[in-house]
Amino acid sequence: MLTLRNISKTFNPGTVNEKKALSDVSLHLDKGDFLTILGSNGAGKSTLFGAIAGSFVPDKGSVHLDGANITNLPDYKRSKYIGRLFQDPLKGTAPNMTIEENLALAYMRASETHSPFSRVNAADRREFREKLAMLELGLEDRMDHPVGLLSGGQRQALTLLMATLVTPKLLLLDEHTAALDPATAEKVLNLTKRIVSENHITCLMITHSIPSALQLGNRTIMMKDGTILVELAGEERANMTTEGLLRLFHQQGLDNDRILFSAE
Amino acid sequence: MISTAVILSALELGFIYALVAFALFLSYRVLNIADMTTDSTFTLGCAVSATVAVAGHSLLAFPAAMLAGACAGFITAFLHTKLNIPSILAGIITNTGLYTVNLAIMGFSSNVNMLRTQTLFTMVQPYLGSFYKLIPAAAICLAAGCLLALFLKTRLGLSIRATGDNPDMVRASSINTGFTITVGLCVSNALTALSGAVLAQYQKTADINLGTGMVIIGLASLIIGETLIPRGRIWRKILGAVLGSILYRFIIAIALRMDLPSECLKLISAVIVALAIGLPAIQNSLKPATKGDRKHADPA
Repeated sequence: MLTLRNISKTFNPGTVNEKKALSDVSLHLDKGDFLTILGSNGAGKSTLFGAIAGSFVPDKGSVHLDGANITNLPDYKRSKYIGRLFQDPLKGTAPNMTIEENLALAYMRASETHSPFSRVNAADRREFREKLAMLELGLEDRMDHPVGLLSGGQRQALTLLMATLVTPKLLLLDEHTAALDPATAEKVLNLTKRIVSENHITCLMITHSIPSALQLGNRTIMMKDGTILVELAGEERANMTTEGLLRLFHQQGLDNDRILFSAE
Repeated sequence: MISTAVILSALELGFIYALVAFALFLSYRVLNIADMTTDSTFTLGCAVSATVAVAGHSLLAFPAAMLAGACAGFITAFLHTKLNIPSILAGIITNTGLYTVNLAIMGFSSNVNMLRTQTLFTMVQPYLGSFYKLIPAAAICLAAGCLLALFLKTRLGLSIRATGDNPDMVRASSINTGFTITVGLCVSNALTALSGAVLAQYQKTADINLGTGMVIIGLASLIIGETLIPRGRIWRKILGAVLGSILYRFIIAIALRMDLPSECLKLISAVIVALAIGLPAIQNSLKPATKGDRKHADPA
């Protein structure tokens, strides 16, 4: 499904700001895998997503999706297959456009058959309504409201729906609930779980919460200094507790206040 | 004080210049790009329209001018999206280069006279009586406005709007922002050129300086329109651009009646635009704002 081979990336090479963000990272995901990623700030988690989504071309190594080498494919072409959510709920939606118009944009991803001059029709609208109703936020009755009027949680839920409206081959979640209040975060997380499992989406999620890293998905990795330090799967992962993982963190020198805090 | 003739000509010019306001609505408001190509594109429209009309094709002049305008927009978009030149500078570069092109189109003369040329307006004069200028101008403006409103609701139009609204999101929905910016600038410059084309036939002359300051006049109209119709859907904003353009022409007509020398008009336009765009910042600094308020008023 997704294979990263020996990816390396250094930002600002040859300057005082030189930063080795990824060094020789290899990773393989099978179809339907749900990988959670832990790691302190600057460990290279988001850079890893950038390499997968095509925000930059890696210095070394290659990215393969479904057997095709996509290392040099620009980001907007990859996003046909890759859905992505950011920590900032404002990043995924156009505030001055209505909910319906935002959904129509997301819908365009797969609909190559549609002419660029076609408009949202009644059938599209019905489908949007149905999908919005699944979110249980009452957004289906506000389809002609500008998205800028929604709360952060509502916008993130909408972004999640938009990223999965056309089932992507890969879904990248970059701490997508970190900026939300706990109750809303919980709701968006449950929604994520449901949508991912219902559509059998291969998914990667960055999180700072050890409990959700262990609860969600079937694999977990820990990153540090641009490398993958620990990989957990199967029985070892099933038997792992928050405390155990914390111990592992300490052993690996991964002390990080933010992680300790989120373990509560 | 204001005669029927003055009202009529303000309406006629208002409809004609409303096309520039549409163009700036698309580039400045929708795409968030201040398109400095506008001045020369307007002159380009005048020049092409006059030259083609003098050659005997007064109706062909309009699509020809729009095509020329779209090419000008394409060049600005190319400089901006492919060569990574900042959008304002890209517009200024095209604007400067077009001056020579416009002169060349007019046969290296600074104006083209159409006094004995058949124009759109002289063609319909026998049927429309004293409204022979108003009706075609209004029809072209309203048709262009409706088409623009419909276009912005299509899938392509939605992606252009999203490009200006949230570029991050657009890249994540598999839309090439370079492409949407290019289409947007081609359409907006085609509209500006159409405005110039209609104006040239309206006043039966094309002049190399006709477009000077057009970007400011268009912005002033657009902003006056936004004051009249503050918010709403696309078609309301387009209606606002038409009303703003007409009101602007009335303001100019009144200023001229008050014996204000016409040389002052550009300064007045510039002041209107500076005040209107700067108004939120002015209001903000006058308000005894608390820290929280100021944060709230942050346009980001």
